[in-house]
Amino acid sequence: MDFTGEQIERYSRHILLQDIGVEGQEKILNGKVLVIGAGGLGAPILLYLAAAGVGTLGVIDGDVVDLSNLQRQVIHFTPDVGKPKVESAKEKINQINPDVKVVTYHEFFTAENAFDIIQDYDFIVDGTDNFPVKFLINDACVLAGKPFSHGGILRFDGQTLTHLPGTACYRCAFHSPPPPNAVPTCSQAGVLGAIAGMLGTIQAAEVLKYLTGAGDLLTNRLLTFNAKTMNFRTVNLKPNKKCPVCGEHPTITELVESEQAVCELKSK
Amino acid sequence: MSKIKVNDESQEVTFPLTVTGLIKLNNVLQPDMVSVQLNGEFLERQDFETTELKEGDEIDFLYFMGGGC
Repeated sequence: MDFTGEQIERYSRHILLQDIGVEGQEKILNGKVLVIGAGGLGAPILLYLAAAGVGTLGVIDGDVVDLSNLQRQVIHFTPDVGKPKVESAKEKINQINPDVKVVTYHEFFTAENAFDIIQDYDFIVDGTDNFPVKFLINDACVLAGKPFSHGGILRFDGQTLTHLPGTACYRCAFHSPPPPNAVPTCSQAGVLGAIAGMLGTIQAAEVLKYLTGAGDLLTNRLLTFNAKTMNFRTVNLKPNKKCPVCGEHPTITELVESEQAVCELKSK
Repeated sequence: MSKIKVNDESQEVTFPLTVTGLIKLNNVLQPDMVSVQLNGEFLERQDFETTELKEGDEIDFLYFMGGGC
């Protein structure tokens, strides 16, 4: 692939990096990444991946922009209230970087559409706001052999792990979704807006590392941080032999929508 | 007093102490919702009550975080 003069200038700070260079930037430009959720985490993830020149960015979200989103979902602006999030996100991505092809899915990620959608992508990023979908993303990616980044935030805390086939998955550590309302969501308990940026940019960095092969991914590790203390910590994980989806005797061999997801979708 | 490590930090405890006891001792907010790793292996929830800790054990408490939007 030949870079235009404009591309060499646009991506010069990547090209200068020894671990990326022209070859790495070419891999980024050929990359296909799906971001599930165009909200608090999805916003910084999409903005940085767009700026980095990821060739194809898939964005899936069934919601519209709400005024209460703007405190942290930095890809959406005040005039976007009421607009589908995927449309609002696409407009910004196009303005940041015309090199990026944006594919929008104005729907929720479900057991029915999961495999069809992820099959077109090299890497999947979880930017969703509820456990049933987080587990669904995990199961779909594990079963389809797709790498993905898990992310979760709440109040002043965030955590993330990267999964590649054969490494510890989200279920290895967390087994199954908590019962509905057992663990509060951001809309119930609140979240410091900047936390979404902190965690989302870590996830975006993992995507770029994956595409270029630079550095060591957060595989078999769970990174957690607390913004009150600003302590960051990585917990070593290993694949759990008793994991219900990737363990020695898996009980999950197909995708099933859990109750909560259905309720939440219905209430929207 | 004996020493164990909880989330990378040294903690002095008195044995006998089970994982359930340690969860109480640390005032874990939602004891039913915490994932526990003991010396690098995840424990099943039903074993928290019967798993006795010993000197030098390393315990990680992992919490659910479901936000993102």
